[in-house]
Amino acid sequence: MSVTIRLKKGFDIKIEGTAEKALAGAADPVLYAVKPVDFPGLIPKLNVKPGDIIKAGNTLFTNKLKPDIRFASPVSGKIISVERGERRKILEVIIERKGNDTVDFGKSDPAGLTRDEIKERLLISGLWPAVRQRPYHVVANPADVPKSVFISGFDTSPLAPDYNFIMENTEGSLFRTGISAIGKLTDGKVNLVLNGNGISNQVLGNIRGVTITYFTGPHPAGNVGVHIHHLDPINKGEVVWFVNLQDVVAIGRLFEEGIYRPERIVALTGSEVKKPGYYRIIAGGSVSHMAGDNVKPGNKRYISGNVLTGTGIAPDGYLGYYDSQVTVIPEGDYFEFFGWALAGFNKYSFSRTFASKLFPGKKFRLDTNLHGGERAFVVTGEYEKVLPMDIFPMQLFKAALAEDIEMMENLGIYEVAAEDVALCEFVCPSKIEIQSIIRNGLDLMMREMS
Amino acid sequence: MDILRKRLDKLKPHFSKGGRFAKFRSVFDGVESFIFVSAKVTFRGSHIRDSVDLKRIMTVVIIALVPALFFGAYNTGLQHFRSTGLEASLMQCFGFGFLRLLPLIIVSYTVGLGIEFVSAQIRGHEINEGFLVTGILIPLIMPVDIPLWMLALATAFAVILGKEVFGGTGMNIFNPALLARAFLFFSYPGWMTGDKVWTQGLTAGQNIIDGYSGATSLSLCAAGEVGRLPSFLQMLIGTTPGSVGETSEIAILIGAIVLIVTGVGSWKIMVSVFGGGAIMGLIINAFAVNPFMQVPFYYHFVMGGFTFGAVFMATDPVTGSQTERGKWIYGLLIGVLSILFRVLNPAYPEGVMLAILLMNVFAPLIDYYVIRSGIKRRLKRVSVQVKTSVR
Repeated sequence: MSVTIRLKKGFDIKIEGTAEKALAGAADPVLYAVKPVDFPGLIPKLNVKPGDIIKAGNTLFTNKLKPDIRFASPVSGKIISVERGERRKILEVIIERKGNDTVDFGKSDPAGLTRDEIKERLLISGLWPAVRQRPYHVVANPADVPKSVFISGFDTSPLAPDYNFIMENTEGSLFRTGISAIGKLTDGKVNLVLNGNGISNQVLGNIRGVTITYFTGPHPAGNVGVHIHHLDPINKGEVVWFVNLQDVVAIGRLFEEGIYRPERIVALTGSEVKKPGYYRIIAGGSVSHMAGDNVKPGNKRYISGNVLTGTGIAPDGYLGYYDSQVTVIPEGDYFEFFGWALAGFNKYSFSRTFASKLFPGKKFRLDTNLHGGERAFVVTGEYEKVLPMDIFPMQLFKAALAEDIEMMENLGIYEVAAEDVALCEFVCPSKIEIQSIIRNGLDLMMREMS
Repeated sequence: MDILRKRLDKLKPHFSKGGRFAKFRSVFDGVESFIFVSAKVTFRGSHIRDSVDLKRIMTVVIIALVPALFFGAYNTGLQHFRSTGLEASLMQCFGFGFLRLLPLIIVSYTVGLGIEFVSAQIRGHEINEGFLVTGILIPLIMPVDIPLWMLALATAFAVILGKEVFGGTGMNIFNPALLARAFLFFSYPGWMTGDKVWTQGLTAGQNIIDGYSGATSLSLCAAGEVGRLPSFLQMLIGTTPGSVGETSEIAILIGAIVLIVTGVGSWKIMVSVFGGGAIMGLIINAFAVNPFMQVPFYYHFVMGGFTFGAVFMATDPVTGSQTERGKWIYGLLIGVLSILFRVLNPAYPEGVMLAILLMNVFAPLIDYYVIRSGIKRRLKRVSVQVKTSVR
């Protein structure tokens, strides 16, 4: 017996370039990177230097504030460089793959282990960062015991990979083992949220030891923040953990095979990809191998992740730690003659101010043009339409801008993350950078509360 | 188009920092972004953005205002020819009125945009689009005979003290167009009230035929001469004296449909203003002791600026309530107060302007309570959970 929660608010962006449900092959790049910038709030302390020879599972860097938390190399080979940005901030640790040496962490059955033993294994193997927490949407603090754990079994973001397809091509036993390990981390429930539309994969639908809930509705119905809000909302002082579906598999592999191997199936999507499809790749791998010739010529933006929340990368950049998707879209650096005044048959919008609204089924080739300049908040009532939460979005954004801690707390900052308000940013006619505002607000709260 | 683009690219360096005309950078940016949507791309956050921007939204509002503007031009001519007793065709009326309105529009835009350009330059901001709508709203809520210098003064007052001192579009407390009208209403009441100002040429008083009074329906009501009111249909169509854009409810409702279909104007506010007006109208009908109070409540919708205010003024997102529940309350109170001021206040025959300005002040308070109730709901969630877990 399971519950279905139907959401109405939200918006599915009609964009070209859905991945065809077929494994196009294994992308086996030579270069890999682990990017400290993928982990908000992390201050990395390097354990390696260029030239070091490492195995998969060796620690690359740790969290300076919580030294237990290690970040491991996904492959074996040689550290070729450490890229730094402004103020010597570490951006990427780049590894050249060679051989298949892996650190052996020992096989074990999580059912027979205690909570502390499981934590210990996850921490030592460098797999801990796969476990994240709300509030703040950061790597979980191993000292906490969460009131529940959430795993989202589907993704509604634009051109998102189909998790059912991914599960069909994944060994079910690894997932089951992963779930049994995660179940030990909490005294509460492990919530698996599945898509209420259509049939879910056998492995997902029949898994034991979890509470399954179905969600339907437009994006962000698949966001873990939305699930938490509706099933087990976070109040001040409470902690909920969440793990990506494919990371559950990686956790299962750690216990079944004793190795750290964050392998995942990634969707290569976007209007500029000649043949969008799925690839098997190890996290952190260079996307040039799969994108390469498969991308149309011209000035393109490569995104690790989806178009709303992903990170812009170079054409030979690296897949982000938490991403299961690479998107390529055209850059929008062109001027448009009286663009705001025309009927706009080819202008895509959530609002009903363009003629394109007359063709609801049409998919668009969307580019990165900002379509306007940044302004003050003017229009009201738009954000509410794309945020399926009992929250006053505009007031929360203003509180975050004003760094008003008490107000942020009252308005529910603990329940949101940048990804939940990404659609607000998309629809904003004032072109306000809402995701940054919320991320900054969360960072501020984290500093103030610790 | 390409030639224009090349031209602009060539001029651009002169207007950039350190260039010869760096002082006019905002003006250049404003003109450039008016002609060409900028080539700026997303840098942080979402990689794709909605095509809509404030320029587009303001454009939709202007389109929604066009029927009222055109009818206003026609009616200006019509009233003039009626007062002089001359026969005139539809096109003659329209042409006459249009030429009368043009100077008002030009003055309003020149003064307002001029101030916007200067303040944008001083602040180093881009030019805000807000005045594109205000600039057309101001002439529409004025009597046609208003002297141009007064209009210029009122516009300057509204833009500087009503908007720029607060930080520009998005930060203002009062609706700038209504503020311009209120300024004139209290500074030069002789030009804003009475029977003569609503018809072009009536104040000068030349060639006016006997029997033409020029009185608006509201001033007839206030004077107790309800019997002389034009028919409901006449007032609905709008061939009666009044402020330029307010007389034709049909033209305004076409605009309302545009605003609602595009989602630019809040239907919740529009509906609740009418709801509030109906409630107050019915209450006044029930306790009627004079002819004005006996006027059927629905007559109020077609008299004066009630509908214009409900559709174009109350729905201003910046000065109105910003929460969805607050919008209902905000609109309802505007409706109630408009009719209350109109009927029971002997000093002002029209109450819509003051009702909206008053509610502009109270909108943040309404939002405050709506948000407080939301916060309480959130806190309750905790106590409910504590209870269940104790059990």
